[in-house]
Amino acid sequence: MNEIKRINYIILFLSLLLGFFLELLPAPTWAVWLKPEWLLLIIFFWILHTPSKLNVGFAWLLGLLLDAMKGALLGEHALAMLIVSFLFLKLHRRFKLYPMWQQCGFIFLFVLLYQFIIFLIQGIIGQLPQSNLYWGPTLTSLIFWPWIYILLRDWNNKFSK
Amino acid sequence: MNQSISLANEERALLFKHKAATAWRFVILFLFSIILMMYDHRSHQTEKLRTSLTTVIAPLQFSVSKPIEILEWLKSSFSSHQKLAEENTNLKSQLLLQRAEMQKSISLQKENKQLRALLRSSSTIEGSVKVAQILAVSLDPFLSQVVLDKGKKYGVYLGQPVLDSTGLMGQVIQVGVLTSRVMLVTDSRSAIPVQDSRTGIRAIAIGSGTNRPLMLINVPQTSDVQVGDELITSGLGLNFPVGYPVGIIQKVQNRPGQHFATILVKPSANLEKSRQVLLVNENTEAEYDEAKQQLKDISKEKVNEETIRRSLGNMHL
Repeated sequence: MNEIKRINYIILFLSLLLGFFLELLPAPTWAVWLKPEWLLLIIFFWILHTPSKLNVGFAWLLGLLLDAMKGALLGEHALAMLIVSFLFLKLHRRFKLYPMWQQCGFIFLFVLLYQFIIFLIQGIIGQLPQSNLYWGPTLTSLIFWPWIYILLRDWNNKFSK
Repeated sequence: MNQSISLANEERALLFKHKAATAWRFVILFLFSIILMMYDHRSHQTEKLRTSLTTVIAPLQFSVSKPIEILEWLKSSFSSHQKLAEENTNLKSQLLLQRAEMQKSISLQKENKQLRALLRSSSTIEGSVKVAQILAVSLDPFLSQVVLDKGKKYGVYLGQPVLDSTGLMGQVIQVGVLTSRVMLVTDSRSAIPVQDSRTGIRAIAIGSGTNRPLMLINVPQTSDVQVGDELITSGLGLNFPVGYPVGIIQKVQNRPGQHFATILVKPSANLEKSRQVLLVNENTEAEYDEAKQQLKDISKEKVNEETIRRSLGNMHL
């Protein structure tokens, strides 16, 4: 319980950079709607790893950058990131005790909430997505979560020593 | 013992303080994002914030796009000699054809200028054209937008028309220092004043989402519009230059009981495939000067600025 969790800021920075890269990477037409929410998953990992160091403001700022990058309404992804990361921060203690499959279920719900918030905002401004594939990233994020979690954990452990 | 208890208390106090701070931060940022979104949706006051944010993002966009470009370059540089030779002959024949076309168009242009001079109207000046490249980065799939690798530094301005080799692509909606964002004609917020090149009927073509045809709105069912007609920009609205191809009519549906026909238009531009685009520099300032000069020449008398200004206004309308 009392282990000191060090945060390696270089790793943090690199992982976020990787997140933005993956968000920007062009996908073939059939996969446009299936890209996992990379940045959200990476933020989840860091909240889980060092909840006391990362605050919701950080997630909000990353969301704002994502808005500018995607050309979306300013504050849209920021708000969604803020709400989801706040809830995740509240529940992270419980989350840690879960086995991996249950964690994935939780991630599914969180990403669903994230997408739902963006869906709502898009609805309010009158630009709903025309395809039901909009909900695709919920599933793909679920698939990618264990890999991101294990990769980042090992990475961080390796370089923190 | 005492020490440890006090330590625990301190820790707990810190913990609660942290929690309270998080809650406050959450509430404040929550309200702030809602205000920001409303502001961004209603007005263009947030342009400055957006520009500074895109300046942060621009290097990332370039660094994602470059390796993909290099890959494509490698692919093409390893293609066989035979293929290249084939392509070369193809290009040569195309060049020959286009040179012939060019000669025709030069003579037409001269004729056009003379006629316009006779009609005493300002000649339309072809604005200078610059080449830009679309960055290979993914954007929100809600929006039909692309990011160009040229920004304010290169003279890109808000509302600038963007073309590719086959037709109108869209217009610049946001200018950063190094990059700019283009709204394609298929975006659901895009509306372009067009004209049927066969009959001259004017209408507005609105976008309805990526990979979907454009729609002509408010065209009465009785108007002469046929499948296969080419639509060109009408120049009304002064946002786009006159005469660039926008699309070809794909389908005309007349439903009894409705006022307007449902008309679907296939965009002429290769919205999905084009990598190189042309930025048209509509030099309105030069146009104004030239028109002024012409008016002076024609009337051969001293015309004061005011009347020129008025007549110029009439011409544009």
